[in-house]
Amino acid sequence: MDTLTTDKPKKTFKIALPESLKDTLIKITGLFLFAFKSIKELIKPPYEFSETVKQFYQIGYKSFSLIAVTGFIIGLTLTLQSIPTLQKFGAASLVPSMVALAVILEIGPVITALIFAGKIGSGIGAELGSMKVTEQIDAMEVSGCNPFKFLVVTRVTAATLMLPLLVILADMIALLGGFVAFNITQSMSLKSFLMTSFTNIDMRDILPATIKTFLFGFSIGVVGCYEGYNADRGTESVGVAANTAVVISSLMVILIDMVMVQMTSIFF
Amino acid sequence: MSEEKPEKTGEIILKITDLKKSFGSLTVLKDINVEIKKGETVVLLGKSGTGKSVILQCIIGLLLPTSGTIEVFDTEFINLPEAEKNLIRRRIGFLFQSGALYDSMTVRQNLEFPVRRQPDFKNEDLSEKVNEVLENVSLADAIDKMPSELSGGMKKRISLARTLMLDPEIILYDEPTTGLDPVTSNEISHLILEMQEKLNVTSLIVTHDIPCAKLVANRILVLKDGTIAAEGSYEELKNSDDEFVRGFFEFS
Repeated sequence: MDTLTTDKPKKTFKIALPESLKDTLIKITGLFLFAFKSIKELIKPPYEFSETVKQFYQIGYKSFSLIAVTGFIIGLTLTLQSIPTLQKFGAASLVPSMVALAVILEIGPVITALIFAGKIGSGIGAELGSMKVTEQIDAMEVSGCNPFKFLVVTRVTAATLMLPLLVILADMIALLGGFVAFNITQSMSLKSFLMTSFTNIDMRDILPATIKTFLFGFSIGVVGCYEGYNADRGTESVGVAANTAVVISSLMVILIDMVMVQMTSIFF
Repeated sequence: MSEEKPEKTGEIILKITDLKKSFGSLTVLKDINVEIKKGETVVLLGKSGTGKSVILQCIIGLLLPTSGTIEVFDTEFINLPEAEKNLIRRRIGFLFQSGALYDSMTVRQNLEFPVRRQPDFKNEDLSEKVNEVLENVSLADAIDKMPSELSGGMKKRISLARTLMLDPEIILYDEPTTGLDPVTSNEISHLILEMQEKLNVTSLIVTHDIPCAKLVANRILVLKDGTIAAEGSYEELKNSDDEFVRGFFEFS
């Protein structure tokens, strides 16, 4: 007996999403595609070496003093806050070790990345947004050049590689700040302070903390470039691009940190 | 008073067929058909907001047409892969209304930028070429200045110089004299004419500047309601039976 097939009308399901959620999903998709394109263009020749080196200077070297000051204050403040509490338990000698752990594992990378997002994320967003508004990006494109490679890949590369170096700088200077603070109420030589600091730290602590700084740098570079590169025409959009770059890249830092902490507890 | 420029004969280097461009529900260009011959200078007139600049942006690929075709150098341009589009773009110069100079670079760096990124780039020829194009626009002294140090007219000249660095066969001008005083506008117009005569480039110029159109154009097109409403020489259009067309030339 033949099996009779009947044509049933196709059912389509439409889910009504709020406009704001649709916009957010579109933006997230756009960011991922932008990030993927920046990696693809990084690998493909030709390479913009001199512009990348210039961005290392602009993004990395010119952030040294701000990060150094921030790191010193973090170390100083954390140590001053910790001493009275640990003294109550007779454990003041553990302060160097505790401060080092907190700074190297978490506070150093996250605070440095947030400062970096504010300075560099907004700077890149404003710079590329301004170039978009004044048709400079279009001018590169119509001359047969690749503006994405010149503007985005160079900045993302510089942000990804320079932030870990800045975090190392911040951590070292934070420990120096901690040493200064510790010697206000206690007494310990710098050599003893540093040896005590690193007593309970090994590669299982340093490696995940370092890996996440590369991810922080990459996300800040991508978000800053994405917001600027896709700014609307009009001077107001430059400010919006800069502001949005800071907000989103700061949020990305927090989210990446949350995920990395979970992964660290699983793999290390 | 300059003599009317003769019509050019020769191969068609730029051909736009049934071009339509809409932005959402707004149709700016309905049915654009233009053929431009090699060495010809065509001026496109039209009221503000009628889509003149949109035509230029479609030709160079900054905007994707809604429908229609654009053939440049006998190659259908719109659907080309990006790499092949860039090969054609290098043969077309585009002069932006604002100049679009790279404001973080000196004049020298602005001019060198597109050339350094060509596959056949040779460093030994570069300095000579930079000096040559700056001489052409009479701004040799500006070579180490930043764009912020230049006047509006100087920015337009440098922008034109940058366009000339790749020896384009076609130049698209988007309102080259807008925002300039009459004297500087006249200088830019003469510069455009000089470039055409020296280099025999094909030009499509979007402008409101009627004296400029009179000086440089072999042929003038008038855009109205998304289509080419009139076409002819300066004198033909000035004496047109169409009141709308005559209106562009009333105060020239």
